[in-house]
Amino acid sequence: MDLRFTEEEIAFRREVRDFIARELPAATRERMIAGKSPTKEMVVEWQRKLNARGWAAPEWPKEAGGPGWSLAQRYIFREELQQAPAPSPLGFNINMCGPVIIEFGTEAQKQRFLPRMLNLDDWWCQGFSEPGAGSDLASLKTRAVREGDHYVVNGQKTWTTLAQHADWIFLLVRTDPTAKKQEGISFLLVDMKTPGITVRPIITIEGGHEVNEVFFDDVKVPVENLVGEENRGWDCAKFLLGNERFGQARVGASRERIRRLKVIAQESMDGGRPLMEDPDFRRKVTEIEVELKALEMTVMRVIATETKRKDKKPDPATSVLKIKGTEIQQMCAELLMKAAGPYAWVDGDPEGEDDGNEVDVAPDWALGLAGIYFNWRKQSIYGGSNEIQRNIMAKAFLGL
Amino acid sequence: MDFDLSEEQRLLQDSLAKLLADKYGFEQRKAYLKSKAGWSTEVWGQFAELGLLGLPFAEDEGGFGGGAVETMLVAEQLGRAIALEPWLTTVVIGGSFLRNGASAELRGELVPKIAAGELKLAFAQVERQSRYDLFDVLTSARKDGSGYVLNGRKGYVVHGDSAEKLIVTARTAGGQRDLKGIGVFLVDANAPGVQRRGYRTVDGQRAAEIELSDVRAEAVLGNPENGLPLVDQVVDEAIAALAGEAVGAMQVAHDMTVDYMKTRQQFGRPIGSFQALQHRAADMLVALEQARSMSLFAAMAVAERDPAERRKSMAAVKVQIGRSARFVGQQSIQLHGGIAMTIEYACGHYFKRLTVNDAMFGDADHYVRYLSDTGGLVQAA
Ligand SMILES: Cc1cc2nc3c(=O)[nH]c(=O)nc-3n(C[C@H](O)[C@H](O)[C@H](O)COP(=O)(O)OP(=O)(O)OC[C@H]3O[C@@H](n4cnc5c(N)ncnc54)[C@H](O)[C@@H]3O)c2cc1C
Ligand SMILES: Cc1cc2nc3c(=O)[nH]c(=O)nc-3n(C[C@H](O)[C@H](O)[C@H](O)COP(=O)(O)OP(=O)(O)OC[C@H]3O[C@@H](n4cnc5c(N)ncnc54)[C@H](O)[C@@H]3O)c2cc1C
Repeated sequence: MDLRFTEEEIAFRREVRDFIARELPAATRERMIAGKSPTKEMVVEWQRKLNARGWAAPEWPKEAGGPGWSLAQRYIFREELQQAPAPSPLGFNINMCGPVIIEFGTEAQKQRFLPRMLNLDDWWCQGFSEPGAGSDLASLKTRAVREGDHYVVNGQKTWTTLAQHADWIFLLVRTDPTAKKQEGISFLLVDMKTPGITVRPIITIEGGHEVNEVFFDDVKVPVENLVGEENRGWDCAKFLLGNERFGQARVGASRERIRRLKVIAQESMDGGRPLMEDPDFRRKVTEIEVELKALEMTVMRVIATETKRKDKKPDPATSVLKIKGTEIQQMCAELLMKAAGPYAWVDGDPEGEDDGNEVDVAPDWALGLAGIYFNWRKQSIYGGSNEIQRNIMAKAFLGL
Repeated sequence: MDFDLSEEQRLLQDSLAKLLADKYGFEQRKAYLKSKAGWSTEVWGQFAELGLLGLPFAEDEGGFGGGAVETMLVAEQLGRAIALEPWLTTVVIGGSFLRNGASAELRGELVPKIAAGELKLAFAQVERQSRYDLFDVLTSARKDGSGYVLNGRKGYVVHGDSAEKLIVTARTAGGQRDLKGIGVFLVDANAPGVQRRGYRTVDGQRAAEIELSDVRAEAVLGNPENGLPLVDQVVDEAIAALAGEAVGAMQVAHDMTVDYMKTRQQFGRPIGSFQALQHRAADMLVALEQARSMSLFAAMAVAERDPAERRKSMAAVKVQIGRSARFVGQQSIQLHGGIAMTIEYACGHYFKRLTVNDAMFGDADHYVRYLSDTGGLVQAA
């Protein structure tokens, strides 16, 4: 056992860090430091820079257009992006739909979709959840009926993140209503420009627009856009959800938030001195740092066992990463809000859209921090809620 | 010991509950929030008719003669509705300053106007560096003839944009963090030299950032050389009211969550049938009941004569209310799932208000420190 990085890996980290320092636009970086999500244009621009360098999809194999990295390299790369902070490769493309196509798709689908995913020529979104199918995803009702060389899709998806930017959506649909619920589901790729699709915004509690309802009214989807076999879509879904959980550890992102917290705590006063000099506050931050260190090691252990697994089933250990990763991120958001004191409460749209409220009464570093705290409550709900993750662990690890 | 309400108290509670049921549905609140003022002048008028605006003033001064229990009852109802009107700032905070710091003459002039809904007050206390320390004051008050002239900048002045008069803390002597040398001044909000920038806060309330340049005060409240004890007294009364408000808001958030657990189906059964969620909801109830107890304690302890004892009691109230509000607020979102993350669903608005309620005049962390620094509640044998 040797848990240290090798010379080569340390050199690789330096290479990545230099690349980011050189290539990342200052505006993108500043926006992310303020805690806002990067705009669509920022994400696309950055993804293309990564793609030009051959780094658009850290986990993909070489033949699919990935860099063919070792697990350690993938980890280092993602961590460097998160702590820069720079946009990560678009998750819907690179971590969700792409790997499903690589694993289950046809050669034609790979040729057609993967290069455009890498370059973000197509922005994808995830059409899984429905009003009646949240935690119980397999109860989904959106119907796809085969008619000749296409499917006709009817139904509704909801909580579809950034559907307003999307060119394509990957869908779970019911193709066999008579089968047991997991067995009648298929995985379809749908062009968002197809007639019959309507996208309606859902505004989240802090005022931002990141999720949507997506309605399907007699939407025709060519049969060649089915991934894997008909009625075997649940295999794709499980494979994808395991990858999704893995991505939620976000160790580098939390490290960046803690760094930011320490900067803000120098600006913000408490008891006549910078908040950072308050031992109670420092202790709270330190306790999160320790949790984060442990999570970092846990992530590496899960990565290491991943290589040895033969089946494609998700590792239940990813549930540990999801629970702890989101708890840490939520703690960071809460401490950031608290650090800003009363100035965190100015109601500003965290995406920076002007709705006429006088937001510049607050110092720049304080603005939007309460909104981010409210918004990040989502993290323990989505991607399989933290209760569902505990159910998975009770079943898979504990035999309960 | 008697926790039962008197006939008058129940009447007050019921009539306010009825008014709010009628006027403060979630959709109605949304409309008030969107309006230019950010709250409802119509409802404000009805508060006046019900006697809520004269609540804490003596009857012979035009008030209703209510005490801490009445204040708690009203605050709790307003918390249930997450009402947006400037009741806390005008009636509880403003009222306390007038009762404890104003001359009979000044009260005679202002109380009838407040009770009639014609005068609103706001408390300009927070400064950029002060965070939660009431004594951390840079705004200055210079003696000029028989009066005072104020200079400085105040932030997060709740309802400071609509108030006709401001109650301002300012230094007559001493340095930034000296306990002595703080005065409390009544200022006409439209006086020359007052600049106000109103804004909306995350909980849907209104606040203002206020600059004072050579503003002449209308009156002094309390002792201008040593006003901090008055400020402490007033803030303790505000803390008691905030506790009542939080309990009302927590109760609704909890009810809403439990109702939803009974109706939302996943895996072919109501999610309320999952024991993990049942236990969480039970823990929320524990937190809520602990908070309710502390709100009752607040109504009692706020009348304590020894200011040091009173401050410690109210610090304890702040700690428990803040801890409970955080847990109930966060879990009410979690147990709902995605639906409570939307602005169209009421639960999130309760969560946001509870978050700000915790931090007003200092959050639970602030008061834990205060309380432990002053010896805690239990003495060593
Ligand atoms: C901001 C945001 C973005 C999202 N983005 C996407 C997206 O892009 N694409 C997509 O398809 N979906 C997305 N989702 C949906 C997300 O995956 C669901 O919200 C999630 O699966 C939970 O479903 P639900 O909201 O219907 O809650 P429910 O499933 O109704 O759950 C309500 C509560 O019950 C609990 N619960 C449910 N079942 C059990 C059980 N068996 N045992 C114990 N507790 C249980 C849950 O943990 C939760 O606390 C997003 C959600 C949010 C909030
Ligand atoms: C120090 C001590 C003194 C005691 N004195 C007395 C006495 O004087 N007289 C007497 O009659 N008994 C006495 N008891 C027994 C006591 O009442 C039992 O221990 C208790 O009822 C729990 O039963 P159990 O130990 O069999 O645990 P179990 O009932 O087997 O419980 C084991 C665990 O499962 C949990 N659990 C069980 N059912 C559920 C459920 N439906 N949902 C969720 N969780 C569940 C429990 O909370 C516990 O964590 C004593 C016990 C102790 C430890």
